[in-house]
Amino acid sequence: MKPTDLVDRDSLREDVPTFGPGDTLKVHVRVVEGTRERVQIFQGVVIRKSGPGLQETFTVRKVSFGVGVERIFPVHSPIIAKLEVVSRGDVRRAKLYYLRDRVGKAAKIKEKR
Amino acid sequence: MATKAIVGEKVGMTQIWDDQNRAVAVTVIKIAPVRVVQAKTPETDGYSALQVTYGFKKESKLSKPLAGHYRSAGVEPGKKLVELRVDDTTGFGVGTEMTADLLSEGDRIDVTAISKGHGFSGGMKRHNFKGQGGSHGNHKHHRAPGSIGACATPARVFKGTRMAGQYGSDKVTTLNLEVIKSDPERQIILVKGAVPGPKGGMVILRDAVKGGK
Repeated sequence: MKPTDLVDRDSLREDVPTFGPGDTLKVHVRVVEGTRERVQIFQGVVIRKSGPGLQETFTVRKVSFGVGVERIFPVHSPIIAKLEVVSRGDVRRAKLYYLRDRVGKAAKIKEKR
Repeated sequence: MATKAIVGEKVGMTQIWDDQNRAVAVTVIKIAPVRVVQAKTPETDGYSALQVTYGFKKESKLSKPLAGHYRSAGVEPGKKLVELRVDDTTGFGVGTEMTADLLSEGDRIDVTAISKGHGFSGGMKRHNFKGQGGSHGNHKHHRAPGSIGACATPARVFKGTRMAGQYGSDKVTTLNLEVIKSDPERQIILVKGAVPGPKGGMVILRDAVKGGK
């Protein structure tokens, strides 16, 4: 245990589901527009998880109008309203960077069953 | 001179979410119970200051004069005696405990500590010199500083020319840091950004001399 963990405990989220690389996630992101706040959904495949504890981040990749879009979220960030696991992927690697070079059917991930 | 000052111990760094949900890097400073051992006033000592101690130490580990000093003040012996120069010592009598609520959120402070020691270091580490090439015929001069001056005029090396030498273990003050949070319950102060010194090192916090708001 690190001595700063006591301080980190207040910043940690408790509603984070277990997920890993290959899983398809629905990230409900809080977007502030002026004074209004709304929730936007970013759905894609987790291609990376990195870092420990409060610093932990994950990268979600989706292909939007033929363009690959990747967003990095801190796992415990308050901008995430909700995290939903859509499906579990069957992958053999921790980092799925190979998806960047693939398009269409080749970029599909088998579902775990 | 400072109006507020306190000693603490650096615990380490972490991050915290601010009101705009951004991650802010913070240094955690523990206020190990700080007790006033002696209050110095201009009338008796010629200047005003607070002599304080923090942490705890067995009395058997102290020298007799030091043990006597603590005993006459009626204060439990601490790790170290530190003098804090403050304008006004009223309200801080001998034996008073200083807590984290001395500082509050949004305060601007200066933090003084002894920086991490790096020993005798070369120009690249100590002054961020670029060094020299790794190849192109370079031989045994990869981390050398290069030229340190001209030739027959001035026929000497100017004073203060940056060279290798002792790096670190200096008294360093980081100015105008923001207090992100002050937690009197856990005796912890969170300061925005980095603070000199190693984890577990002593730091002195006092209100900022520059910057204003």
